[in-house]
Formats: sequence, C-alpha cells, structure tokens
Amino acid sequence: MPKILAVAEQRDGALRNVSREVVAAARKVADALGGEVHALVLGPAGVGDGAGDLGRYGADKVWVGEDDAFGPQGEESVLRVIADLVAEQGYHSIFFPASAQGKELAPRLAARLDVPLATDATDLSVEDGELVVTRPVYAGKALARVVLEGTPRLVSLRPNVFLAEESARAGAVERVAVPEGVEPRVRLREVRAAAGAVLDVTEAPIVIGGGRGLRGPENWHLLEELRDAIGPGCALGASRAVVDAGWRPHGEQVGQTGKTIAPQLYIAVGISGAIQHLAGMRTAKTIVAINRDADAPIFKVADYGIVGDAFEIVPRLAAAIRELRAG
Amino acid sequence: MKTIVCMKRVPDTEARIRIAAGGAAIDPSGIKYVISPYDEFAIEAALRLKESRGEGDVTAVTLGDAGSAEQLRSALAMGVDNAVLLKGEATMDGLATAKALAAEVKERGAELVFCGMKAIDDDQQQVGPMVAELLGWPCVTLVTEFSIEGETILCHREVEGRVEVVEAKLPAVVTVTKGAYEPRYPSLKGIMAAKRKPLEEKEAAVAESRLRIRELAYPPERPAGRIVGEGVEAVEELVRLLREEAKVL
Repeated sequence: MPKILAVAEQRDGALRNVSREVVAAARKVADALGGEVHALVLGPAGVGDGAGDLGRYGADKVWVGEDDAFGPQGEESVLRVIADLVAEQGYHSIFFPASAQGKELAPRLAARLDVPLATDATDLSVEDGELVVTRPVYAGKALARVVLEGTPRLVSLRPNVFLAEESARAGAVERVAVPEGVEPRVRLREVRAAAGAVLDVTEAPIVIGGGRGLRGPENWHLLEELRDAIGPGCALGASRAVVDAGWRPHGEQVGQTGKTIAPQLYIAVGISGAIQHLAGMRTAKTIVAINRDADAPIFKVADYGIVGDAFEIVPRLAAAIRELRAG
Repeated sequence: MKTIVCMKRVPDTEARIRIAAGGAAIDPSGIKYVISPYDEFAIEAALRLKESRGEGDVTAVTLGDAGSAEQLRSALAMGVDNAVLLKGEATMDGLATAKALAAEVKERGAELVFCGMKAIDDDQQQVGPMVAELLGWPCVTLVTEFSIEGETILCHREVEGRVEVVEAKLPAVVTVTKGAYEPRYPSLKGIMAAKRKPLEEKEAAVAESRLRIRELAYPPERPAGRIVGEGVEAVEELVRLLREEAKVL
C-alpha cells in the first residue's frame, strides 16, 4: 500500500497552518492511490500537543518528535529522521510545505536520497496511477505538469492553495527518537524582529499590496490602517518599484523577483500591474484594484476595481470594514 | 579566497512567455535573456568579498547551451575573474544541474560558493541546497548580507517576517537574495577587460532529467472583472460585493 509522508512545520513550537494543508492534500492523493498518510511533526517540547489533531485532516499516523534538537538549527536532525523513516517505511511520496524551511529541507533531502523534486506545487492529481504535479514556472506565466521519476517523489506545496479540508482518520501518534551523533551545520546566533508577530505575505489569507501610487513610505499608514481594520490574517505586500526605491523591505515584494502569493483576497493599491507583479499575484482568489489610472493593466486582472484617489478611498474602505466588523 | 558563483541564463522578467509547438518547452524567439536577477546579487556578493579582502579569485560557472556565454561575458564585465560554461542542458531537474555544478566546484576547489536564491525561469529554488548537500557543506539560504570571521561565515537571512543571524564553517554554500548586494553595472573598462578574460567551455556530464514535463499550459484566464465605480462613492458597493459575492470579508 503506497504511503505518503506529509511533513508538518512548526514555528516557535506551534504548528503552522500550511501543515494542515499538506496533510489534507496528501489525504486526497492517498485516497486516489488507495494508500495511507503519515504526518511528521518535529519540534521543541510541546509541539506534539496539536499533533493528534492532524488525524482530523486525514493522517492515519502521526510521527511526533519533541526535543530541542528539532528546534532552531535542528534541520540536520529533521533530515536524518526523514531519511530513516524513508528507509524503514518506503514512502511513495513526501510532501513538504513550500515555505522557506521546506524549500531548504526538500532539496537537501532530494540530494541525499538522489531523487528529483518538484517545488511549489499548486495542484496534484493521480492519472493512471501516477502522481502528476502542476507547478507554476516563470512566476506563473505558465504552468508545468510534471511527473517525478524516482521514489519517494518529493514535492513541496505552495501555502494557501490546498484547502485544509477535514477527513477524519485515526491520527495515531507514534514517537520518534532524537537521532544520535547529529551536529548542526549552521548555528543560529540571533533572531531579530518579534517572533511570530508578522504574518508573511505568502501565508496571509488577505494581502494588501502598495505601489508607487502611494507616493512615499510615509503614506504606508493608510495601508496599515486598512490592515488593522481587516484584522489578523492580513499582511502588507509591495510592488517591485516600491522595494527598489527602498520604501519597503524585500520580504514584502510580490512578483517574479519577489514572492508569489495566492491569498483569498488581494487588494492592489496604487499598483499599475507590471507583468512581473501580475505573475506573482494572479492566483489570488479575488483581486481588488484601486488606482487613479483607469487604463492601468491591474484592472485587467482585477475582479473589482475602483478608479480614483487611494488617499481618499483607502481610509473610507478601512472605515467601512471596521463598521462591518463591529457588526 | 577562492569563490565560485553559480548562475543561469533566463528570460528577462518582462518577457512574454509563449509555449512552443509540442507543448513541453517555451518558444525562445524574441525573448531577451539576462542573468537571473538573484544570481546578479550572488555575483555582486562575491565581488564585494574579494574587494573587501583585497585578494581572491571569483569564478562564474553556468550550465547551459552556447548562448549562456553571453551572460558569462556580462559576469566577466561586472568583474569576475574567470568564467566556465558547462555545456549541457539545464533542465527542470535541479538535482541533475546541481550534480554538474558540484563536480565543477570539486574540480576547481573553492572555499565559498554563491548561488542566487532561485532562478526565475523554472522557479525550483533547489540548486543551492543540493550543491551543498552533494559537497557535504553547510548551506545558508536567503542571505541578504554576510561577513567572514576567520573560518566562519556570518549571514543575515531574511525568513518570512524575521531576520536570522546564523553562522557556518567554511567551506559553505550561500544562496543570496535581494539585500545588501545591489548589482553594479559593468563599466566600459570592465566590458573591455572582459574580452581578455578566460571563458572556458567544456562538455558537462549532465544526468538525464527525472522530472518529466508532460505539458506546459497557460494559466487560466481570470474572468473579466468590472470597475465598481469611481472615487469614494464606490466603496460601499465594493464592500458589499466582497462580502456577498466574493465572500471574502
């Protein structure tokens, strides 16, 4: 029976949302193959608290390792555990979150196991018994459908794309031991900026993107107000022009040379919609554009557009949403 | 210090991508090719390191067809000392590419390998960590700035809303993202000098791709949107649509 390993991801001891998405996606593929799903949760003490919960999303078994060895700079230990499980369980496929960590672990595991890897999948299907992975290339200007010739098939899944649907299974927890004799190759000296306080654009269900139409970094309070009105789950993004001008950090850049996002809602404010920006956000479920220029290309991809002055429209929008939230 | 920069020739970010007949590759006609932008950061990082130390040797290596020589010339014009074109196909199978690059790193010897954090064509984001793993070296990804302290590299990484300061022992692989290394434009002097610099070409033993592309397709067209209205008067209707029609608020 083919088995799929879904690698969960934690941050500061708590499971990230994408973990449930990866388990649920693995469930669907396993059902099509007639197989089972194992989830893997590794992290510092306490991370296992929510591990059994992954059964709700379709995990038949949940491997849990709780130790500081799996915390920060624990990548070597995590890799060793996965490699050992592969040897013992003979997985058909391994799914990772296509997060910063997943995008480092998966290629290293691929090199270690000598198997190919498909990064950032946005769709998975089983055709004639074979796993077919759809993944955007050229930042989404095209989609490639690929098949992996190697076992296990390694795939990382783009956050926010696969639904964390419930599909209850046993979720039987089994403990894994800390591998011995593993030395970290990279040591963490320091973490700056509040841990977990900032939601990344790739993870947020709602993203507000700011562009040159906002005229300067001093006007970002407009977007911050809108973000606060919408609430947690909303993050700020930016166009390349704005990042190149030094108004906003690169971590917020959406587009081909920044991040590719797939939120439920993307609100583009003062962004004209250069092809390289559109590539990064066109898979958003709903796109709103606010721009002075009625001919801006952003309106071609927007579901809803308002032509006008962002300096007037954004505060009004924030007020309307606050009102809505107040109920 | 001997360093190697792994780089790739890719279509410019403004390029319109058209799928070629057969459906498994893109049509290269009319496309302007550039060094992948993140690889430019990697080149700049290597050059700054050499300049700050007052010594060193920077080699740019790429796997690709004859056309890639053009991008290697650009790297030479920016200031790298040597360039190596590994002639072979760089497929979507990053591991096949990483094996060819790792073999070259081993042969030339280097204390530090720089890669862009990803190439912007296949978007696989895997070659850097794979090269590190194949060499048995530490890998630090998403580096915005670094310094060398003795036998250690100290890196700032930009990771999903926070900055990590990490260190690794040399030799190491780092993948560079946008940060402190805004790439320089080649000077006229650099362009002239590049013509006299060595550009070695050799056949590479590239493993066959094990990532088979069944087809390439265009992303689904978004359904035609609508202009809700002009100015602040349209806000109320927008909120209603987001709530009742799109159901995202």
